[in-house]
Amino acid sequence: MSQPTTLFDKVWDRHVVKHITGGPNVLYIDRHLIHEVTSPVAFLGLEKRDLKVARPDKTTATADHNVPTINQHLSIEDQLSRDQVEMLTTNCAKHNIPLYGLNHKWQGIVHVIGPELGLTQPGMTIVCGDSHTSTHGAFGAVAFGIGTSEVEMVLATQCIMQPKPKKMLINVEGVLSKGVTAKDIALYIISRITTSGGTGHFIEYAGSAIRSLTMEGRMTLCNMSIESGARGGMVAPDETTFSYLKDREFAPNGVHWEKAVEDWRGLKTDPDAKFDKEYHFDAADIEPMITYGTNPGMSVKISEPIPKAESLQNGEGASFRKSLDYMGFGDGDIMKGKQVDYVFVGSCTNGRIEDLRAFSEFVKGKQKADNVTAWIVPGSKQVEAQAIEEGLVDILNDAGFEMRQPGCSACLAMNDDKIPAGKYSVSTSNRNFEGRQGPGARTMLVSPLMAAACAISGKITDPRELIEG
Amino acid sequence: MAIEKFQKITSSAVPLPIENVDTDQIIPARFLKAVERKGFGENLFRDWRYDKSDQLIPDFPLNNPEFRGEILVAGKNFGSGSSREHAAWAIYDYGFRVVISSFFADIFRNNALNNGLLPIQVSSEELQMIFNLIDEDPATSIAVDLENQLLTIEKTGKTIPFDINAYKKECLLNGYDDIDYLVSIKSEIEAFEKDKA
Repeated sequence: MSQPTTLFDKVWDRHVVKHITGGPNVLYIDRHLIHEVTSPVAFLGLEKRDLKVARPDKTTATADHNVPTINQHLSIEDQLSRDQVEMLTTNCAKHNIPLYGLNHKWQGIVHVIGPELGLTQPGMTIVCGDSHTSTHGAFGAVAFGIGTSEVEMVLATQCIMQPKPKKMLINVEGVLSKGVTAKDIALYIISRITTSGGTGHFIEYAGSAIRSLTMEGRMTLCNMSIESGARGGMVAPDETTFSYLKDREFAPNGVHWEKAVEDWRGLKTDPDAKFDKEYHFDAADIEPMITYGTNPGMSVKISEPIPKAESLQNGEGASFRKSLDYMGFGDGDIMKGKQVDYVFVGSCTNGRIEDLRAFSEFVKGKQKADNVTAWIVPGSKQVEAQAIEEGLVDILNDAGFEMRQPGCSACLAMNDDKIPAGKYSVSTSNRNFEGRQGPGARTMLVSPLMAAACAISGKITDPRELIEG
Repeated sequence: MAIEKFQKITSSAVPLPIENVDTDQIIPARFLKAVERKGFGENLFRDWRYDKSDQLIPDFPLNNPEFRGEILVAGKNFGSGSSREHAAWAIYDYGFRVVISSFFADIFRNNALNNGLLPIQVSSEELQMIFNLIDEDPATSIAVDLENQLLTIEKTGKTIPFDINAYKKECLLNGYDDIDYLVSIKSEIEAFEKDKA
C-alpha cells in the first residue's frame, strides 16, 4: 500500500513533468483561461521570442475585466479599454485561440464561464492571470492565479514552474443556520485565519457543511481562498459536482463521461493522509458576516461589534486604525444601522444564477430604498439569459432594480462602474481594499442575502430580520 | 529575453511601515489598461502618493526627500490580493530592486522573482530593527548580497541571513528566465503529453 495522499497531492503529482533539484516543479497545465488585462504583455513576449502558442486547444479567452456593463452592443467608449479588448481579439485570431468576447453568447467573467461551459473539470490543473482562479477548485481541480510572465510560460509551453505548496485542511462540520451562506463561511474563515493564514498553502475544504453546499456555493468559498493568502482551495468532487457538469458544452460525453466520472470518484483524500495545517470549525457558530475594514480578514458577525483596538497584538494597532479611519468607523461600533449608498451584486464570487435567485427571492414584493443606488451585474451572458427566463429580471424590475450586462464591473472598477469617493458600498465581491471599487470608495463585503436586506432597508441590516418564518 | 542580472546592491531604503499592502494599493486597477510593459512606476502607490486633485501628499514616505534608494522596506504580508504582475513592474520601474518585509504574498513573490526584483523575508524583529534604524537615520545604508544571501547594515555591521530558493537564486544572479528554460525542455514536455494522452 502506498503512502496515503491528499486530494491536492493526487491532482498535483500527476501533472509534474519534472522535478528540479532545489527548485520548483515543472507543472503541466490542462486548461489556460485568458482575459484582456493580463495577457497582452505575455503575447508581446511570445512575439519577441518568436514563439507560437503551444496548445490553443487548451486555451480559452473572454473579455471581462474592463468591459462596460451597459450598451455592450456599442463600441467601448474608453479608448484604453477598447484597445485592450481589441488587442485580445487580434491575439486570439493570430494564435487560433477560441474567444468568447463581447456579444458572444458565452461571454462572461472568466471564472463564471469556465464552470458553466464545462471547461472546468475535476482533476485538472487550471491557471489564469487572475488570482480568483481559485474558484475552479470547487470541482476538485488544482486551480490558481498566475502573473503575466507565467501566462507567457503557459502560452509558450503549456507548463509553469511552481514549488509545490503545503497542504491545509479546513473542516466545517454541522448545519448552517438560516440566512447563512457560502459567502459567510468564507468571510468567517478568513476572519479566523487572517489574510495571510493560507499563504504558502493549498486548502482542502471538507466536512458536512461544505458537502451540503451547491456547486455555486462551493465556487464562492473556493473563490475567496486567495483572500486568506492561499493559492487555491479545493472540494473533493462528488455527485453534486457530476450532476452540475453533466451535459455541459465541453464536459465529456457518452462513453467518455462514464470513464471520466469513474476517474473523478477516486479524487479524494485518503483517510490517513497528512496535512501541514488543519482547522476545524463549527457551522453553527457562523452568522451572516460583514467586513468593517480594508482587507477581507476584517469582518465580524453582524451581531458583534467591531473589535477594540486594545484587543490587538502589538504592532497591529497602526494598520487597524488607518483602516478604520479610511472607513470612517470607530472601534467598538455596531455595523447594523450604518449608512449604505451603493449595493453591488455580482463578480466571480457572487455573480452566478444562484446568487441572483437568492437576491431576487429576497426583494420580491419589496421596494429598493431610495437612498441606495444598486448595480446588479450577472456573471455571464448565460446567467443573464437564465435570469430573464426564470423571471428574476421581472422581480428585480418590480422591486426597483435593473440588471446590467456581464463583466467584472464594480468589483475592481476598471470600467466606469466606480463607487464615488467617500461613499459606502455593500458589495458581494471579494475585496474591500482601499479604493478597490473606485478611489476613496468604502466597501463592505457581504453575501447576496445581506446585500438584498441592505438594498431594501437602505442601511446595514441583518438579513435574518427580514426573512419570514 | 532574459531578466537583468542581480548585482550586489548597497543603498539607503524607503520605509513603508504598513501591513497588508495589497496590489490594488501598489498599482490601482485603473492603471492596468496598458498593452505594453512601460511607465507603471509613475503610478506606483498612486492613491497614497497623490490626493484627489493630483497633488503630492508630503508625508507619504515615497514623497519624503529624506527617504530614497533601491530598497523598499514594508510591513508584513506585502503584495496580497490580485495577481497583477503590474505591481512588480511598477516597483521595479520606479527604481526599486529589493523589497524587504516580514511576509510576502505568494503570487507577488513569484512575480517579483520573474522580473529581477528580489523579495527578502526577515523576521518581524529584524524588520522592526530596520524600521527603527531608518527612523533614526534615513541615510542608513543596507548592503544586499544575493550570492551569500546576506543583508548587512553598513553602520552597525549587523548581518541578517535570508533564504531563497536555490534555483531562483541562480536565475537572478545569471539573468536566466523560466520561459527560456521551459522552451529548452520542450521535448520532455511533449513526451509527457504523449504519455498522458
